Amino acid sequence: MEAPIHPMLIVAGVLGGVMLVAPGLIWLERRLLALWQDRYGPNRAGPFGVLVVLADTLKLFFKEDWTPPFADKKVFIVAPAIVVITALLGFVVIPFAPGFIVSDLNIGILFFLATSSMGAYSIILGGWASNNKYALLGAMRGAAQMISYEVFMGLSMMGVVLLTGSFSLQTIVNAQQDLWFVVPQFVGFVTFLIAGIAETHRLPFDIPESESEIIAGFHSEYSGMKFGMFFVGEYIGIILISSITVCLYFGGWLGPAFLPPVVWFILKTFVFIILFILLRASLPRPRYDQLMDFGWKILLPVTIINLMITAAIVLFNENSP
Amino acid sequence: MDNRLLTMDITETNMFSIIQSMWLTFLHMFHKRETIQYPEEKVKLTTRWRGRIVLTRDPDMGERCVGCYLCAAACPVDCISLQATEDEHGRRYPEFFRINFSRCIFCGYCEEACPTYAIQLIPDFEMGEYNRQNLVYEKKDLLIDGQGKYPGYNYYKVAGLAIGGKDKGEAEHESPPVDVKSLLP
Repeated sequence: MEAPIHPMLIVAGVLGGVMLVAPGLIWLERRLLALWQDRYGPNRAGPFGVLVVLADTLKLFFKEDWTPPFADKKVFIVAPAIVVITALLGFVVIPFAPGFIVSDLNIGILFFLATSSMGAYSIILGGWASNNKYALLGAMRGAAQMISYEVFMGLSMMGVVLLTGSFSLQTIVNAQQDLWFVVPQFVGFVTFLIAGIAETHRLPFDIPESESEIIAGFHSEYSGMKFGMFFVGEYIGIILISSITVCLYFGGWLGPAFLPPVVWFILKTFVFIILFILLRASLPRPRYDQLMDFGWKILLPVTIINLMITAAIVLFNENSP
Repeated sequence: MDNRLLTMDITETNMFSIIQSMWLTFLHMFHKRETIQYPEEKVKLTTRWRGRIVLTRDPDMGERCVGCYLCAAACPVDCISLQATEDEHGRRYPEFFRINFSRCIFCGYCEEACPTYAIQLIPDFEMGEYNRQNLVYEKKDLLIDGQGKYPGYNYYKVAGLAIGGKDKGEAEHESPPVDVKSLLP
């Protein structure tokens, strides 16, 4: 490993990278959705329509930043900030390359789980402060969904933790030199990915927003850049879940040596981001009770069984030689 | 269907159909685009497309419109207004003819009502304006130097009406007028 990079540089790099990629995803998503729906998508502003991001951002900035008179003002303003802050905090523990990590906490996974659970606050507070029945309905759904999917999100990661014996993501990535954990932990990977989609409340699990039922759910009353914050927060969440999936199951920065580790990491992450968009393009939204049934009655038992089998195998391997 | 069946549907029996539908969506990447890139690429409009309204002329370049007000009467949104008058030959024509395209719904009833094929809807929809007032078309904007969909039709040549230079019985395919005061056949 080379000389360690200055921590502030890493912080700036991660923050700048994420904040650049997140709005870029707006463009990427619209282009890809169009691609899968036999359209072109935004292709006018700039090369391939990239500047649509700039136009969108300018539009959001110049829109009236309106707080409804019936809303709880302070909470209403704080809620969109929480979603961005918590999503960004999750990036603290992600190793983008050997040594390129903001802080290699020895409880990295727990830290990630904690910050991603905090994201539920922004939904609840935003929906509650809006003082609007649709917002409240969306917030309730969001809270229930995030809390119940959080349970087996953590449990499905535990399989990897058992195999590695560490909560640090850097150690986990290094443990995948020979075999990516997606092979021994395939069930864990599938359940983690499903939980991750639910955690970012992306389609098909966009129950808190479900515009065809409850307008825009928890952010019905938001406009201008406050709405933009929820939007960007969602995209940061996608990047976060994709990077964590890559770290846990797809060997993080590991890859053939002809490309630098960071490039491998970014490539793998983008594969998952594109998968997220493909999911949105192809799947309809389940009903709320179906989502809950699916979570508690199928995914939770599956993750627990997976965890128990993994633990048994690990114990057997430790005792046998 | 009860609730449990629906739940089973989405979770167990349909798991592979979910993957299949994702794959099918993915394959759409290689399909032909449906989009028509409008300003560069124009839509192919049929000849019967009901677009901008024009007033046509007969083969002698005379106005076809005889100012009968049937189009204005047929118009469901009352966007046509005109005033009929006569020239020195006794030929009726509109003194002014005004269509307010900000009201027009392009239903084509005026074209159907017109007895002289004067008013016609043509395949053109590019009428956008920044100023609403510019959507009010006067006769000079509506009148075209052509016959539109009915070439060769000349109302005053076939009508029994006597005008200057063409008396009763002189129109095409018209028999001479009957002398009602004579007993001879």
